[in-house]
Amino acid sequence: MLTYTIRRLLLSIPTLLFIAFVIFMLLELAPGDPMAQMPLTIPPEVKEKMRLALGLGEPWWVRFPLWLKQFFIVEPQYWIDQTFGTNFADGAQRIISFQSRSPVFDTIAERMPQTLWVVGMSYVVGVLIALPIGIISAYRQYSVFDNVGTFVSMIGFSVPPFFSGVVLIVIFSVSLGWLPSIYDTTHQVVDWDTFVFQLRQMIMPVMVLALQTTAQVSRYMRASMLDNLGQDYVRTARAKGMTESVVVMKHVLRNSMIPVITVIALGIPSIFGGAIITEQIFKVNGLGQLLIIALQGSDIPMVMTITFLLAVLIVMMNLIADILYGILDPRIRYD
Amino acid sequence: MTDQAVDTAVEELTKPRNQWLDVWDQFKTHKGAVVGLGFLIFITLFCAIGPLIWDVDPGKLDIRNKDVRPIYMAIFDSEAKTSWARPMGTDHLGRDIMANTMQGGRISLAVGWTAMILAVLIGTLVGVFAGYFKRLDGLLMRFTDLVLSLPILPLLLVMMLLFRDPLRAVFGPEQGIFILIVTGIGITSWMQTARIVRGDVMAIKEREFVLAARSIGTPARRMITRHLLPNVLSPIMVSATLGLATAIITESALSFLGLGFPSDFPTWGKILFDSVDRMTAFPERVIWPGLAISLTVLSVNYIGDGLRDALDPRIRGQ
Repeated sequence: MLTYTIRRLLLSIPTLLFIAFVIFMLLELAPGDPMAQMPLTIPPEVKEKMRLALGLGEPWWVRFPLWLKQFFIVEPQYWIDQTFGTNFADGAQRIISFQSRSPVFDTIAERMPQTLWVVGMSYVVGVLIALPIGIISAYRQYSVFDNVGTFVSMIGFSVPPFFSGVVLIVIFSVSLGWLPSIYDTTHQVVDWDTFVFQLRQMIMPVMVLALQTTAQVSRYMRASMLDNLGQDYVRTARAKGMTESVVVMKHVLRNSMIPVITVIALGIPSIFGGAIITEQIFKVNGLGQLLIIALQGSDIPMVMTITFLLAVLIVMMNLIADILYGILDPRIRYD
Repeated sequence: MTDQAVDTAVEELTKPRNQWLDVWDQFKTHKGAVVGLGFLIFITLFCAIGPLIWDVDPGKLDIRNKDVRPIYMAIFDSEAKTSWARPMGTDHLGRDIMANTMQGGRISLAVGWTAMILAVLIGTLVGVFAGYFKRLDGLLMRFTDLVLSLPILPLLLVMMLLFRDPLRAVFGPEQGIFILIVTGIGITSWMQTARIVRGDVMAIKEREFVLAARSIGTPARRMITRHLLPNVLSPIMVSATLGLATAIITESALSFLGLGFPSDFPTWGKILFDSVDRMTAFPERVIWPGLAISLTVLSVNYIGDGLRDALDPRIRGQ
């Protein structure tokens, strides 16, 4: 298991390098120009100097390794320096945003908590709703509950977040006036009232994202439970005279959770993708909104870094899912 | 399938049973799928034939008749500004919403179908090659895994933003964006099809009839087109329906983020995006295009569900 983990970790390095290269070349080959927005009255030689100041003067085979060095060596050094008060970085050049002229990672660190709160909460809520639905749907297959559950998860698959979010706003903010439609990120939780306000403004974005998670995870949970409920060991357990709750909740559920846990791990990156849209609807100033703003302003270092971070997340979650599968299921042997 | 056509022609006396007739019989038993198919046909006709009957120019500005509410609003509120000439109302520039919904549906559905066909073509090609030729398998599947670990939505946004202007200059505003969106969605959503097709091809390759075909000297090209492809057709069709659903959603998501078609060319996602600012006063303007997207995708998903059952010979005929 350990050798497998190490082998996979080593294999993920070329994968990530390839992904970084693809993203970099896409941005490089694209005919878009970060100077396109500048006034036409700027003389060409000044424009050339501005390009140099943005670090665009060098060819790509110089800038790509430089970006890699900044991402993998310089930025962690700064991070260590900040945490432990050391001085590894020694004033090395960080990745600088074209738009704000401040280090990209500082901006990302500012935006991260909002996204993590909304996305993380929605994922937890979605999974917590999905598991019981999946279990009951499978245990009472073809019952009314199962049919309703199937229909609801079909809707969860089909209704895009930009529509479900807008409908929620129309109903709960416009018609009923119960919930705020704009997420106030400057809000600080200090006492009970502010906590309630925070809760109220989080309900809608969390529910929009959770609907999609619930749809997916409950389907997998149901299918996996159905697979296991027909197995011989379930009949044995019942024949031994075990109570139904022990059979279902201990024997079947534990075995059914193995594939579901990997699905849960694999779904985390896609929920960040969904957050891009949800943040746009509810005006959450998180990572997704940052990415959109950076895209519109041709802020190449920012776009590159955020996209690459998402790719790292995907690769890591794939790895974690595979390793979890090996740990949880003794039948799987990777060696 | 051509064999079966010949067979049925020969056996006139016995009741002819075509494989696709069986599939259709099984498909009909799935209520959701039949309703979904009905709705998909309805919405396609609504968008395709609708503009011929309702010949209002979707782009025509009629500022005197702006902000007309849909006709059913007259029931709730007799003061509301409604007009039988504008049954679904007009937007803030007086453009007819019904004509816009039809025109937008045309583009949305066209993008969805074309992108799906492109993705299925690439996926089938990669899957068949990886499954049939052992030498290509490792390389192609490594590549598929790599593409699967790319963050799709951000990359699509980057592509949209960076390649929009040059393509627009070459192919014209509508054609350029259409090509860009279709290729973007197509080359980022073929991976699941490739994986499924590869697995099935590898399983079928070990069967006796393939061995028999090989023993009489069938070349690889004919082996693939005649023996392998017809047998993997059902998983391809199921993943095609899923591909259509995701393509429609992705296109509207791009339009919703303001990176899709330019504003003179309505798509359902674009209409929704343009109406969000005024949804407090005119909620119907976001509800209609949103419902059109959601119901289309829902019906396509149900069709996929029904097809999966209908194409599975173990379920069929029970």
